[in-house]
Amino acid sequence: MHAKLSVVALSVAAAFALSACGQKEEPKAAAPAAPAGKPEVVVKLGHVAPMTGPQAHLGKDNENGAVLAIEELNAKGLEIGGAKVKFQLLAEDDAADPKQGAIVAQKLVDAKVNGVIGHLNSGTTIPASKLYSDAGIPQISGSATNPKYTQQGFKTAFRVMANDVQQGRALGEFAAKQGVKTVAVVDDRTAYGQGLADEFKKAAEASGLKVVATEYTNDKATDFKAILTKIKSTKAELVFYGGMDAQGGPMAKQMKELGIKAKFLGGDGVCTPEFMKLGGEATEGNFCSLPGQPLEKLAKGPEFREKFTKKFNAEIQLYAPYVYDAVMVMADSMKRADSVDPVKYLPAIGQTKYDGVTALIEFDPQGDLKGGAISIYQYKGGKLEYVETLGGSSVATAKAEVKEAVDSVKDAAKAVAGAATAVGKEAVGDAKEAAKDVVKAGAEAVKNAADATKAAVEKK
Amino acid sequence: MDIFLQQIINGLVQGSIYALVALGYTMVYGIMGLINFAHGEVVMIGTLVTITVAGSLIKAGMPVALAGLAGVSASVLVCMALGWGLERIAYRPLRNAPRLTPLITAIGMSIVLQNLAMMIWGRNYLTFPPLLPKMDFEFAGANFTAIQVIIVLVSAATMGGLLLLVYRTKLGMAMRATAQNPAVASLMGVNINRVIAAAFVIGSALGALAGVMVGGYYEIAHYQMGFMLGLKAFTAAVLGGIGNLGGAMLGGILLGIIEALGAGYIGDLTGGFLGSHYQDIFAFIVLIVVLMFKPSGLFGEKTGDRA
Repeated sequence: MHAKLSVVALSVAAAFALSACGQKEEPKAAAPAAPAGKPEVVVKLGHVAPMTGPQAHLGKDNENGAVLAIEELNAKGLEIGGAKVKFQLLAEDDAADPKQGAIVAQKLVDAKVNGVIGHLNSGTTIPASKLYSDAGIPQISGSATNPKYTQQGFKTAFRVMANDVQQGRALGEFAAKQGVKTVAVVDDRTAYGQGLADEFKKAAEASGLKVVATEYTNDKATDFKAILTKIKSTKAELVFYGGMDAQGGPMAKQMKELGIKAKFLGGDGVCTPEFMKLGGEATEGNFCSLPGQPLEKLAKGPEFREKFTKKFNAEIQLYAPYVYDAVMVMADSMKRADSVDPVKYLPAIGQTKYDGVTALIEFDPQGDLKGGAISIYQYKGGKLEYVETLGGSSVATAKAEVKEAVDSVKDAAKAVAGAATAVGKEAVGDAKEAAKDVVKAGAEAVKNAADATKAAVEKK
Repeated sequence: MDIFLQQIINGLVQGSIYALVALGYTMVYGIMGLINFAHGEVVMIGTLVTITVAGSLIKAGMPVALAGLAGVSASVLVCMALGWGLERIAYRPLRNAPRLTPLITAIGMSIVLQNLAMMIWGRNYLTFPPLLPKMDFEFAGANFTAIQVIIVLVSAATMGGLLLLVYRTKLGMAMRATAQNPAVASLMGVNINRVIAAAFVIGSALGALAGVMVGGYYEIAHYQMGFMLGLKAFTAAVLGGIGNLGGAMLGGILLGIIEALGAGYIGDLTGGFLGSHYQDIFAFIVLIVVLMFKPSGLFGEKTGDRA
């Protein structure tokens, strides 16, 4: 009864907050319309993320990403279908709860939004996507990574980051490279955590690792000692956690308190500054992964970070750049379709080729990001340090180039070896000269190949 | 065997925290027959006040031990005032209302306090300042830390003190008299309002202490941390027999240990059919079985000695 009542109160509070927002927006919307003299269309974009509960910090981060994008779009003053367009954000709170997610989704459908950005969690995104699909409202999530989201056959469902099949595989292969033989897997039983943990398990087993324990917790827990004690008894060398930072941080800390020496590995949910804050020194030296590439390596990354911290006076937690891109992709599609009508601009989303902050965004027929890359990071001195990027189409081509370069190096080496034997067999002076030339040519070939390798790596 | 011992230690520490919180529920219930659902939020505010006070004093350069002491005192004082205020504002006007009314008010106060805390301290997780030196011990293959030992000792000492208060002082006698029959007690010259206010204040002070320990143990705090903790402590109080002080303590410790053992062994017991995420089910099955055979809880009595 207690929980139910609090849900009711939450939705009341959310509605209150929303109406307050609406009041604030109205005078602004009216002001520029009068002098412009042109017809103005208000485009309502729904945004859903947990604004209360244990993941509220991530929800706020997402919303900030959306707010930034919308402000920029409005400042630019787009014209679509001959009318000046004003974007308006309808921010909703789903408290990371699938039931609540469906309720607010229905609310957005009833409000006839033009599109939806979100939700944050896979567990809320998947049930909500059915409602949006039925209403024909396009939905782009910047953070729901569970593969099921786009596999339901909904034409309206898109995401701008790699899914958990790609991430789980990358993490599983990475774990195998860490020199461990046995792993324990913990997940928080959410669609995201469970999905990622399952994919990790498959990949880890395929890479020859042994999963010695599978334990579970939930996305509101603070005490993990009981399951960690069990893991300790299995002597697992690595603990993988599929879940979010609010649980992962304390979990890493409690591992240390129990004297567990195993490494800790997690996905995007724990790849945050918050995780290190909560886990303290227990996180040091461990690894995590994020879809996409680090902001610093992206052309527009540092600029985005600067804009973001300047506006909100806060660090980017996790998905803000992706949510920003999601809004931009939606606006871009409307522009290309020259319509804000969901029916008309939905096909345009599928043909997106948008150079965003996080990637060059193109969708496959399912609505997944094409060639999504996964980057591995290490927690070092309270910062996330970039280690390497795995997967992704551009990287695959770079890898092929590296292989080619290595082959040509091998050929050159053969030539050098051949020249050397030639030197040994013929003691005549002329032959020496000739051999020298061959060696020189070989050396040059090696040098060229090395350059090619370097270029390929840099590209990667 | 070392796993078993470790799980018992895990459960004992968790259970001591439950027990301290459960005392707050049971004291108020014993005297007024009211379940103060806002008690979990009092615990949460206790943690957050400690973080703010101790954290800022440490930043200002005060020695850690002194800052910690100041933080704990501040949190106890704030929570005592909060408990008094809750009783005065939310419950006293409803003293003679039907029983359901104050219950709903309690739930309302819980939500109000949560949102108030969210407005003051924000949505993010806060880290608890390291007030205690990090010390790890090992005993027969089981690991434990200094803070865990402190939690168990402080809980035991606080409970002992509370028992002394209730059974050896005049205030305690007044509390027991009020619990038995408020009308008769007031005819005998007991100031009922003061006794009930005292129960709230003492219960909230215990809640503040529990909050400090939860914060010190997990080193994180959040405006919603009180909800689940309150629910578990309430369960513990019911398990032990709500209204009975000894019952609340034993109920708390029992619940903590059952949970730890449940999470540790449920997978093995069911051959992997049920995983460790069913640990709460384990605890609630025990609760249901106990209530089936002893509806008033393990140590609950139908009437009389409640306080």
